[in-house]
Amino acid sequence: MSFQDVKPLLKVEELSHYYGQQLGCRDINFELYPGEVLAIVGESGSGKSTLLNCLSTQINPTMGKAYYRFADGRVENLYEMSEADQRTLLRTDWGFVHQHPRDGLRMGVSAGANVGERLMALGHRHYDNLRSTAIDWLSRVEIDADRVDDAPRTFSGGMQQRLQIARNLVTNPRLVFMDEPTGGLDVSVQARLLDLIRKLVSDLGLSIIIVTHDLAVARLLSHRIMVMKGGEVIEQGLTDQVLDDPHQAYTQLLVSSILQVGT
Amino acid sequence: MSLAEISTEQDAYNFAYLDEQTKRMIRRAILKGIAIPGYQVPFAAREMPMPYGWGTGGVQVTASILGPDDTLKVIDQGSDDTTNAVAIRNFFAVTSGVEMTMKTSEASVIQTRHRIPEEELTEDQTLIYQVPIPEPLRFLEPRETETRKMHALSEYGLMHVKLYEDIATHGHIATTYAYPVMVEGRYVMDPSPTPKFDNPKMHKNRALQLFGAGREKRIYALPPFTDVVSLDFEDHPFQIQEWPDTCCAMCGAKDVYFDEVILDNEGSRMFVCSDSDYCETRQADGHYGEMHAEYKERIQ
Ligand SMILES: Nc1ncnc2c1ncn2[C@@H]1O[C@H](COP(=O)(O)OP(=O)(O)OP(=O)(O)O)[C@@H](O)[C@H]1O
Ligand SMILES: [Mg+2]
Ligand SMILES: [Zn+2]
Repeated sequence: MSFQDVKPLLKVEELSHYYGQQLGCRDINFELYPGEVLAIVGESGSGKSTLLNCLSTQINPTMGKAYYRFADGRVENLYEMSEADQRTLLRTDWGFVHQHPRDGLRMGVSAGANVGERLMALGHRHYDNLRSTAIDWLSRVEIDADRVDDAPRTFSGGMQQRLQIARNLVTNPRLVFMDEPTGGLDVSVQARLLDLIRKLVSDLGLSIIIVTHDLAVARLLSHRIMVMKGGEVIEQGLTDQVLDDPHQAYTQLLVSSILQVGT
Repeated sequence: MSLAEISTEQDAYNFAYLDEQTKRMIRRAILKGIAIPGYQVPFAAREMPMPYGWGTGGVQVTASILGPDDTLKVIDQGSDDTTNAVAIRNFFAVTSGVEMTMKTSEASVIQTRHRIPEEELTEDQTLIYQVPIPEPLRFLEPRETETRKMHALSEYGLMHVKLYEDIATHGHIATTYAYPVMVEGRYVMDPSPTPKFDNPKMHKNRALQLFGAGREKRIYALPPFTDVVSLDFEDHPFQIQEWPDTCCAMCGAKDVYFDEVILDNEGSRMFVCSDSDYCETRQADGHYGEMHAEYKERIQ
């Protein structure tokens, strides 16, 4: 496998997943480049989460391949890696931000422990260093240092999402998956979170694959967009192009409905 | 006199209660545990004629390895006289008829809840722990499928999350019992409910150490001379409990695990060895603490 001059971070080929007889997603093909933000949009049940979970190796797809380029240039099909290597990848070189904080945080331990967990998994064994690294990351996601010993359940929804992001970014991942990260939040809280994600993307050169059914979120964050329907990608391209000049009737419908809501 | 000697009837119980097939099954689990130090081997635990909290896991392990020539010692909180220890000793006296002892040095098999004897064990001895909760990861990860995976892949970051949280909350590692250990650099093990004071005694111990959890149906083992290292942080190193400037009121011992005994309503108290056999042996050898009658006599 060689990518020649252009070197995508991720190259997905003919990926399909069925839950028994039930279609999850079908025949997905795309490439993701370093520093790129890709939005996956579509209605409920269109297969967005299924695809995201396949890409992040939390589901083993029924068919297909996904080639990932490691920092050292090595390229591997994710689905041929051992489970141990997949799990290591997921908690070091990758991040995963869940819609519900309770799925992505350890609610029973402090914010500092949440941020430090990945480092401890990598063998960091100095308490004071772990704690100051946690404080540093909390400030980067705009959480006060004096909350470092507080449990996430004492945090607001927006803070919990920012804590989830900090907890993921502490190992300097190159690729972060996000499933409806702004889902349950108020509009103003949402806007602040989106601003933060944008800033982190440009500061850290992150690649992000974000699932959302909110086209405004996709417009604000993503460079490229994939529109899914019935488990398939029906349209993909540069975000502005797709949203300003949708080719598929379904995408046109999506865009017009958001315009009606937005104005 | 044992049951067999006074009765002409056929034995009501198989030797040591369990039938031979069950013992073989448990021995297989024990052998597997010895082959993979620190790994929790599932086994088909039997109902025992006592409640779970009484150490049915340890009892089943003891029953499976006990032979007619063994000498058994049973301790609970370091003492041979507590209700739990007496009940288990009686159980084996009736069902196996093996010789019983309170002396650590005379026992070939020692079943314990909580303490490891102060006296150094030898390669001829087996120490059997009664374990209530064998899973060290349970505190932060309730899903059994996930904890098994973590053990399989040696993913133990979570254990340090727990210790981190301890320090964040208390300023130091406040875990004093069930203090997690790394076994041979591979499996994290819960020595519960042993006090951390005894963790260093597990390390490279000459005796075979077996752990039985009845309710959770797990057996694990430390073969002789196994590496057992208590988890910690570089800036918060593992420390055992300490009683500075304290000597046993009865035998004068230092550097042992102490029980605090309240003497009266005024709050006077004394510290004595939690290991009662160790204490009595020292007294018999002429070591006295300040509350000992002989000591007082000597002073006068
Ligand atoms: N665990 C599962 N078992 C069986 N079918 C499933 C499972 N998870 C999802 N599906 C089905 O797969 C299809 C795609 O679901 P998926 O969750 O990927 O959609 P989605 O686009 O993320 O929807 P939403 O916006 O509601 O989160 C749906 O028909 C769904 O019912
Ligand atoms: Mg979804
Ligand atoms: Zn004493």
